[in-house]
Amino acid sequence: MSAAELQLSEKNPAARPGFVSPHPASLYPPGDLAIWVFILAELLAFGIFFAAYAITRMHNVALFDEMQLTLDRRAGAINTVLLITASWCVARAVAAIKRDRTVASQRWLLWGMIAAVGFVVVKLFEYKAKLSLGINLATNTFYMFYLSLTFFHFMHVLLGLAILGAVWLKTRQGGYSAADHHGMETGASYWHMVDLVWIVLFPLVYVMR
Amino acid sequence: MEARRLDFYWLALIVGTAVTWALGESGAAGPAAVLGILSIAAVKGIWIAREFMGLRRIKVLWPGLVIGWLLAVLALIALAYMKGST
Repeated sequence: MSAAELQLSEKNPAARPGFVSPHPASLYPPGDLAIWVFILAELLAFGIFFAAYAITRMHNVALFDEMQLTLDRRAGAINTVLLITASWCVARAVAAIKRDRTVASQRWLLWGMIAAVGFVVVKLFEYKAKLSLGINLATNTFYMFYLSLTFFHFMHVLLGLAILGAVWLKTRQGGYSAADHHGMETGASYWHMVDLVWIVLFPLVYVMR
Repeated sequence: MEARRLDFYWLALIVGTAVTWALGESGAAGPAAVLGILSIAAVKGIWIAREFMGLRRIKVLWPGLVIGWLLAVLALIALAYMKGST
């Protein structure tokens, strides 16, 4: 090994001949491969929805900008914080089970579900406020998109919550361990998808003008 | 340590959300604001995919599909908004 190679290998162990990484990159994502095919299908559906919103707005800028001001942006921001927090809790639950810390994992999942329920409650208050003003799908093009897009996402949150509940119950029963947590990773991946979609939805519908 | 890393990204995502909300509250509008807000969304989305979904440790195909979806959608939104503002 030359002096230059030696210096490089001291700085970067991966550059050493025969180096085997303790965390080799995997070919497949965490959890069941089937959930990832489902996630891609869901992302595609949301992507089409987002594109339709943006293109429709392009032809109705004044209406969309005016109607956007009638939304509760603070509720949208609170819900973003709640979804991110739920996702973080679920990621911490997976990290804990990888270390065989079942009780901690169960607790993180519970906090994740509490944050997700918080999202549901805030969203229901938001819908109630709009419905009490007589706003519905037929009010105008903006509200047709707002109600259908956010409700489509809301249904995914409810499904994600049900999945997290099932994962939490199985964790409580000792169904996951450091050696076997494939099911938890599958549920977690779905939940993170729900969060990822909202990361686009919030600025698009509530903020950008 | 994995837990500390996740905590860091949670905090960074919250800060990103606060900045997005503040931009909305300040009445920021137009192409520069749109590009700024979409850039924040792109960074937040990449963090979620890589750190929370665990795609950081996965070879290129799956991270490419998820992050590729995110960037394609955000680029399309940016184009529609730019066209709408002219």
